[in-house]
Amino acid sequence: MIRVHDAGHWFRQENWLFRKLSVTFPAAHITAILGPNGCGKTTLLRAICGTLALKEGSIEIEGYAGFVPQALYADQAYTAIDMVLLGRSRYLGRFNVPGRKDKERAYQCLDEVGLLTVADQHYDRLSGGQRQLVLLARALASDCGVLVLDEPASALDIANQGVVLRLLLRLARSRELTVLFTTHHPDHALGIADTTLLMQRDSTHIIGATELVLTESNLARMYGVPVHRVDVHSEGETAAAIVPLHGLHRTKFRAVGQSGV
Amino acid sequence: MGDAISRPGRAALPSRKVSLVALYSALVATLAFVLLWSITSGRYHVPFRTVLTIISAYFVEVKTTWTPAEAIVVEAVRLPRVFAAAIAGAGLSLCGAVLQAIFRNPLVGPQTIGVASGAALGGVTVIFLVGFGPLVPMGAFAGAALALITVLAIHRNDSLSPILTLVLAGVVVSAFCSALVGLVTYLADPETTLQVIVFWLLGSFASATWPQLDLIGFCTAIAAIVLIGMRWRINVLSLGDEEARTLGIDPVRDRLILLAAACLAISSQVAVSGTIGWVGLIIPNLARMIVGADNRQVLPVSALLGAIFLMAADTLARSLTPAEIPVGIITAIVGTPVFALLLRRNTRVGGS
Repeated sequence: MIRVHDAGHWFRQENWLFRKLSVTFPAAHITAILGPNGCGKTTLLRAICGTLALKEGSIEIEGYAGFVPQALYADQAYTAIDMVLLGRSRYLGRFNVPGRKDKERAYQCLDEVGLLTVADQHYDRLSGGQRQLVLLARALASDCGVLVLDEPASALDIANQGVVLRLLLRLARSRELTVLFTTHHPDHALGIADTTLLMQRDSTHIIGATELVLTESNLARMYGVPVHRVDVHSEGETAAAIVPLHGLHRTKFRAVGQSGV
Repeated sequence: MGDAISRPGRAALPSRKVSLVALYSALVATLAFVLLWSITSGRYHVPFRTVLTIISAYFVEVKTTWTPAEAIVVEAVRLPRVFAAAIAGAGLSLCGAVLQAIFRNPLVGPQTIGVASGAALGGVTVIFLVGFGPLVPMGAFAGAALALITVLAIHRNDSLSPILTLVLAGVVVSAFCSALVGLVTYLADPETTLQVIVFWLLGSFASATWPQLDLIGFCTAIAAIVLIGMRWRINVLSLGDEEARTLGIDPVRDRLILLAAACLAISSQVAVSGTIGWVGLIIPNLARMIVGADNRQVLPVSALLGAIFLMAADTLARSLTPAEIPVGIITAIVGTPVFALLLRRNTRVGGS
């Protein structure tokens, strides 16, 4: 459980990103955080992880958060397994190095995200999806009760988006983790989030069950773009997609190869 | 796990362990070889066998078969000098590796944080005021500590990029110290102190004695225990402050401890042999090319490589020509092309 009370922050003098934000993220739930660019989503995550001191308000958290950053510039190339092993650092004294148990845990976590094959490969040679999973494994290796992810699936292709989302769902259920992630894809929130928080610059924040929060009218108001929700039932699965109307005025989509026929 | 971006398999750990053992054995063997070669080399010829006997006399009872002159050359002249060079090389490379890791910049060296320049200024000031003597190392210590304090005072924790401002602060303090060194050199008496100052600044192990060896050995050993001991923390710090905090580590205090230890080793080296450039910059890069980024391996490998390199450079410096060449010139001649290659290689890797 994470309790955020009257939180507020700015980077440029008194130019509030968000203010009077009071929310409770329930334990063992997946919560998605949506909001327009620059509304302070990442800032809120950093505050929850304790790497940023808020200008206003307080945050209570049970245990500590394992953070999965959006992109990491590793100018010094560690192997994938060493990256995961770094997640064990909080349990090591200043003059200690990871021991056998730490290594076992790291391999276990790398296995959990399905990347045992690339254990000895260099992190900066991995694909974007693999890097994301290595960072996820690193957070898991820290044995955190709260998993905080900054746009975990945004830079991935649709197949890998599915891999990450399924993984999050499985982890949240099997480990009873409290998962918090930011996203620009309402579909991802509808896909796996129990709860969704909509953050807006005018500090009217909405939090509740995902289905109730991510309505066409809420999303249209937040992004200032008309949106339609489309429900797809296929192959025994139900998926929801949010389709924005960007004012492109294309009259008709043609199948590739049939144009001019 | 079917739900994966790539299929699981088994990791190849044992081969890596074996190759590490082979690497360290090779390094230690090379170190021993270069050590013996350095003690044997020199203007005064001492046969290799005699050198071995004199050294083994320290450990076992041997009959005295050597002349007193040979004993003096080996024990009083060459041994302290060779050891001082080895320790200085190990210390500089170790500090360079640590600085490169915590500032996340492979082009950083012991000079960058201003400690070497501060130590040089301290030493030069003492030579200028009271002449060459036992006060010089203390002056170097004081100068190094002052430079580090100044760098940390200029650098502010709440700035946007603490790592960059720290390096910049080091550059500023270095430039200031160099200017003052230039001033002192200009004011120095060309007949007496100027020569001493110039030679001391270029760096030489020619004057190394056993007490000086104690000084550099003691300081470097303490620094090495701290730096190598914190090798995993250095890995954490190398990811940046933000990452370190998310991993549950406070980077500020760790960085202070590391910088203080590096300052100790660098200033003791400057006090004994003057500033020696390039070693602390190129050797850690070579080590990283061999063993990868993990500082658990980079630090000890850097120390060994640095000891081998500086010992060999110093031996060349005193045996290539009849008059001794300052070792700083040798390290620069070897170091700059290697550095140029590293630069090309790094930018190519970075661009791909």
